[in-house]
Amino acid sequence: MIKIKGLHKSYPMGKDSLHVLKGLDLHIKEGEFVSIMGSSGSGKSTLLNIVGLLDIHDVGEYHLNGQLIEKLDEKKAAILRNKFLGFVFQSFNLISYKTALENVALPLYYAGVNRKERLKTALDYLDKVGLKEWANHLPNELSGGQKQRVAIARALVTKPKVVLADEPTGALDSTTTDSVMDLLKEINDEGMTVFVITHEEEVAEQTKRIVRLKDGVIISDEVTNPKVLA
Amino acid sequence: MFDLDRWREIFQSMGKNKLRTILSGFTITFAIMLFTILLGMGNGLKNTFSSFFERDAENAIFIWPNRTTKAYKGFQSGRRIEFKNEDVDFIKENYPGQFTGLIRRNQRSMEVSYKNEKSNYQVIAVDPDIQFIEKASPVAGRFINQLDLNKKSKTIAIGRMVEKDLFPKGISAVGKYVNVGGLAFKVIGVFSDPGGDNEERFAYIPITTSQMIYGNNDKVDQINLLYNPDMSIEEAVAFGNKMRRDFKKRHNVAPTDQRGIRVLNRAEMAQGTGQVSGALDMIVIIISIGTLIAGIVGISNIMVYIVKERTKELGIRKALGAKPSSIITMILFEALFITSFAGYFGLLIGTGVLEFAAPRLEKYFIKDPSVDSGIIIFATILLMISGIIAGYLPARRAAKIKPIVALRDD
Ligand SMILES: Nc1ncnc2c1ncn2[C@@H]1O[C@H](COP(=O)(O)OP(=O)(O)O)[C@@H](O)[C@H]1O
Ligand SMILES: [Mg+2]
Repeated sequence: MIKIKGLHKSYPMGKDSLHVLKGLDLHIKEGEFVSIMGSSGSGKSTLLNIVGLLDIHDVGEYHLNGQLIEKLDEKKAAILRNKFLGFVFQSFNLISYKTALENVALPLYYAGVNRKERLKTALDYLDKVGLKEWANHLPNELSGGQKQRVAIARALVTKPKVVLADEPTGALDSTTTDSVMDLLKEINDEGMTVFVITHEEEVAEQTKRIVRLKDGVIISDEVTNPKVLA
Repeated sequence: MFDLDRWREIFQSMGKNKLRTILSGFTITFAIMLFTILLGMGNGLKNTFSSFFERDAENAIFIWPNRTTKAYKGFQSGRRIEFKNEDVDFIKENYPGQFTGLIRRNQRSMEVSYKNEKSNYQVIAVDPDIQFIEKASPVAGRFINQLDLNKKSKTIAIGRMVEKDLFPKGISAVGKYVNVGGLAFKVIGVFSDPGGDNEERFAYIPITTSQMIYGNNDKVDQINLLYNPDMSIEEAVAFGNKMRRDFKKRHNVAPTDQRGIRVLNRAEMAQGTGQVSGALDMIVIIISIGTLIAGIVGISNIMVYIVKERTKELGIRKALGAKPSSIITMILFEALFITSFAGYFGLLIGTGVLEFAAPRLEKYFIKDPSVDSGIIIFATILLMISGIIAGYLPARRAAKIKPIVALRDD
């Protein structure tokens, strides 16, 4: 599903540049539940942004769903993001003036689905994350955990190939963290590829494969639950 | 173009951010309101200006004699020049085809009475063409005609106000006899005059009658003529100047004497008015365009600010699959909608203000301040264009926002 070879990324910093990713090799197959661990500033988000087509890499190869990603213009990237990827962010990134239902329905708007269909599908997904009753509430009327579940519903609504989550529990307390992780597990059980970034050991332990990143290189890549992957 | 879903997105974004929408709309409303009011006032000023001249024919030339101020050819300065019938004949002989109307005019203030009602009026002894010079038209009966002149009859055409002053309500003056300076004159008609009340308190009698009964001479106080309207303004000015020179020569007035012969030429005034109203137009146009530009710059700034404020939202939309083109159309349509709607609103307020203020403005020489529908269409198109200009740059900027930059957690 995601195939990365010799990936480099630097950010220009005035005259110099900051070399963040220094040659990564990573292969994630369909249906995997992978977490990227690493301390703050180790380049986790940078990697996820490249995988998520929100940013472009400098050197190396990246295949998404068998398609080589290169010379991608904004429009093509937008179409691929809409079709293949679902995002979950640490700070939820819901649109404040839209209700939970409208937020979930938004990716379908960009996919060109008609309004009736959109709202129906969005409501199904809200139901799936247990928030059907909250459909017509605005984000500021929801708790952190609820907001993140709305964001997860939004990430899933277009039936993407991969869900990318950047510190999805970073802003949540331990109980809500567990409920969000349970939800991600459930999604994965249904066959979705899930790619989570975290710096919390307890979160990483709930995934099936942990990739550790340090100073821009992968220092370990281990399967936590060999039975499942076998 | 019409995509219900897109408009729904735009309306939601505007509706849920009312303050932002109203603030940006207000700039445009205000600019267009000022634009309309300024333009209307300018037009009003011009209306006043041209109404000064509407009361008489545009192609009139007035010639009258005065005292000389310079000694010339053995004549002393201060001599009183007088016109006689032969001066009119001189014009007829020397300028054939150059005029379409010619009259002699002797004007006096006289008491006119009917039964117990009496008052003083300007009683003007004239040739029949006077009605074209004064633009008077009969509302009852007829005007003085050539037959009255030939018969030297004691007939009189009175202004509407004269009839109103002297005759009881509902009684027509036509056919009645009024007393003019001790003699009975038969009213043959009542006329109206665009010169208003003032010129409707005039009364006209045949010049031949007047010359016979008041002094039995052939003196003429003033000659009025209508120059041939086929002439250009420049030709008409030249014609007036030539007559002035010829008359000075004829009456032995020094060519440099400013007073001996007076000529008032509408063509000369039209030249002047043309310049003044041209300048007025320029001022109004410059101010209006300035106002509009200020409005466009204003809304453009607000749009830039809006895009900045919405950076995060636009980043989210992009992450969810919004194409740059869809971001551009969203911002652009919002700007377009706000400008056209707010602009139209400004137009309504502006015309409303003009309508409301119109009666109060007459004393400031502003008459019928209004903007015509052509200008309104022009302004509407201008608004659409300014909406696009105001929205385009910020929209492009918005489309270029990188989702990662917009979504960074800080
Ligand atoms: N857009 C950017 N421009 C410049 N430097 C950046 C940018 N994004 C991230 N960085 C820098 O790259 C390094 C890695 O950042 P990041 O990938 O966000 O790490 P992590 O998510 O693991 O905390 C950090 O030092 C960060 O400051
Ligand atoms: Mg990070």
